[in-house]
Amino acid sequence: MRAEPKRDTAIPNTITIDGQEIPFSIGQTIMDAALAAGVYIPHLCHRPGLTPHGSCKLCTVSIEGRNVASHTADRRIQASSSVEIDSRSVSACTMPAMAGQQIRNNTPALNEVRKTITQMLFIEGNHLCPSCEKTGDCTLQAVAYHLGMLDGHFPQLSPRREVDASHGSVVLDRDRCILCELCVRASREVDGKNVFAISGRGIDAHLIVNSASGKLADSDLETGDMAAHICPVGAILIKEHGYEVPIGRRTFDLHRVSEIGLEPVILAKVRHTDE
Amino acid sequence: MEHDSPTSYARRVAIDPITRVEGHGKITLLLDDNNHIREARLHIVEFRGFEKFIQGRPYWEVPFFVQRLCGICPVSHHLAAAKAVDQLVGVEQLTPTALKLRRLLHFGQTLQSHALHFFHLSSPDLLFGFGSNLAERNIVGVLEKYPEVALQGVKLRKYGQQIIMAIAGKRIHGAATVPGGMNKPLTIAERDALLVDIQDVLAWSSEAVALNEHIHTGHPEHYGFATLRTNFLSMTGSGGELELYHGGLRARTAGGESIIDQFDYRGYRDILREEVRPWSYMKFPYLLALGKEQGWYRVGPLARVNNCDAIPTPLAETARQRFREFGKGGFVHDTLAYHWARMIEALHCAESINELLHDPDIIGADLVAPHGEKRRVGIGVIEAPRGTLFHHYQIDAQGLIEKANLIVSTTSNNQAMNESVRSVANEYIDGNEITEGLLNHLEVAVRAYDPCLSCATHALGKMPLQVELLAADGALVDRLTKGVSGEITRSV
Ligand code: SF4
Ligand code: FES
Repeated sequence: MRAEPKRDTAIPNTITIDGQEIPFSIGQTIMDAALAAGVYIPHLCHRPGLTPHGSCKLCTVSIEGRNVASHTADRRIQASSSVEIDSRSVSACTMPAMAGQQIRNNTPALNEVRKTITQMLFIEGNHLCPSCEKTGDCTLQAVAYHLGMLDGHFPQLSPRREVDASHGSVVLDRDRCILCELCVRASREVDGKNVFAISGRGIDAHLIVNSASGKLADSDLETGDMAAHICPVGAILIKEHGYEVPIGRRTFDLHRVSEIGLEPVILAKVRHTDE
Repeated sequence: MEHDSPTSYARRVAIDPITRVEGHGKITLLLDDNNHIREARLHIVEFRGFEKFIQGRPYWEVPFFVQRLCGICPVSHHLAAAKAVDQLVGVEQLTPTALKLRRLLHFGQTLQSHALHFFHLSSPDLLFGFGSNLAERNIVGVLEKYPEVALQGVKLRKYGQQIIMAIAGKRIHGAATVPGGMNKPLTIAERDALLVDIQDVLAWSSEAVALNEHIHTGHPEHYGFATLRTNFLSMTGSGGELELYHGGLRARTAGGESIIDQFDYRGYRDILREEVRPWSYMKFPYLLALGKEQGWYRVGPLARVNNCDAIPTPLAETARQRFREFGKGGFVHDTLAYHWARMIEALHCAESINELLHDPDIIGADLVAPHGEKRRVGIGVIEAPRGTLFHHYQIDAQGLIEKANLIVSTTSNNQAMNESVRSVANEYIDGNEITEGLLNHLEVAVRAYDPCLSCATHALGKMPLQVELLAADGALVDRLTKGVSGEITRSV
């Protein structure tokens, strides 16, 4: 941790989220501080311990105050989504916590924006929950329930991307990938490998495998790697397993997605063992 | 049998649609010059593209994927696919507990499906008469006039669903099977909860059989309605007894002679062929031994109760013998006797559930058999509520589906439904006019088979229906439409 700048000594290191005062230490993001204080900010691409990525935008919060500069384009979007204009929307997972920030998190307007983002994630892929092995353990599904999402709203894009089942024990179904890059970062930062990457832009963006053939079989991915287990949806799964954990005993049958510190539970579930 | 001949000289009566949901239907009646119905075509948009859709999917997902095929009997698809998947992982024999849990699940599913069909869909027609006031001829009418009957139906269905819940975790789209077994034991508490109502369930099922026997035998005009003399196909147990989960295939002619018996269903391609006709998405299966023209057959409760030598539970067996007596020792071909046979099976399900709940194996913990050598082909067959259901999968070396072939019960009954519709249409067509009576009678004929397409909208007693009379040159002569709330409009 860096030494605190002198001029800050008078101001306590706290931020306020939805009226609740929350301490933070220098270097923490708003997400870090919130999680440490037991405050849930919806998120999909964030996971404590991995470098924040800021891609899913589910953790969008608004910071109030006179000095919050915001780009006019951002303001226009804020206005159209009826998010407070006298504020700035930021990703909680990448925005450093700064003393005195007045943050709104759990508001109807923000949750509506988050719901729309979730709907877009659903329709961009093939998320057929009843037939997906990840159902009940899927963070995307859990977030959708949390936000009260009842349908996809937008027309289904129904992609048909390549399924890679070449690996002996891991299968990659790109039609379910939400491009959160958790696997990319887990492979680099935890497993010390570099198995995955995202290629292409916009609607053509897709997960690729860094191997000569582009196939999982030729990568150095192993079943024990975190990258093989971290996927929040059913895009990376352990092969030839399905439904060992009965409905009713799955992660989000037993826990709320807003519960803090669920990560180890989720990781254990993808090894197909009951709690 | 008449089909697929040139239609240039025929005028067409199109009945459209028997609603979407599990598929949507439309009937075309092809008239000859003497206003005689030469051919009936029941169009069903069903399972279209499913076999393609599943290509490239991992095999272990299939039992869950296929549940999306049908909202009414997802468990049947789940189990048929699970049987195929067992073969893919080299499991020939499930553990006793897993087998009994699967059977219990299947009996629960069949009981609830049969109860739904009779009490919610067909009892209004049967209790009030086909031609009766539409405003009364629905489940609400039954609730008012025959409250005990309606309530028994609701409770039987709920009981079946309770079993599904306990084993699969959810009423629909649950998850019960894993390759070579089951994922969850039945707890003692769950078993005991199911035991609470079983005596009532037995009593209600017995009453339902008696009611259906009474309705059928008491209405001689029902005997010939939509009736056909056909071959029958079903599975039977090793002793020729009624068997819904696992057995050999048996096919018999209308006169009762054996065509095949105790046939290993994994060889179904050697005895069945599926004909494709340009006007329908559904195939037309037939028994190879008898050929295209003679080889079509019926499946489902009527086929099973006729085909079996006995029912291994005492109350249902007594009921079967009375059914047999009605057929004077031979097969009962009456199409409306499907309802009676269906309730005999419901009673058999109730009795079997009772037996299984008292079997100590049912609360066992040994759920998954050790996997053997992997195989590339798996073929699972089950007697679903509507009839024999075939799931056939071929996988590649990575475990992805290369090819799938499904023969669903409604497909097997395809030709028979067409023939029944033709027979009823001939009886009730009135010159160049499509009458409301004709519509109603066609509905009743199709509904006897409990085709998948009849599911959800029927449940509300609402069946949008359109009849078109087209001249040989395709010009519209008459069109009658019955909307979802039963209103009739004629437009030419
Ligand atoms: S495969 Fe899973 S973990 Fe990797 S980017 Fe896609 S959704 Fe995220
Ligand atoms: S969790 Fe912050 S952008 Fe995804």
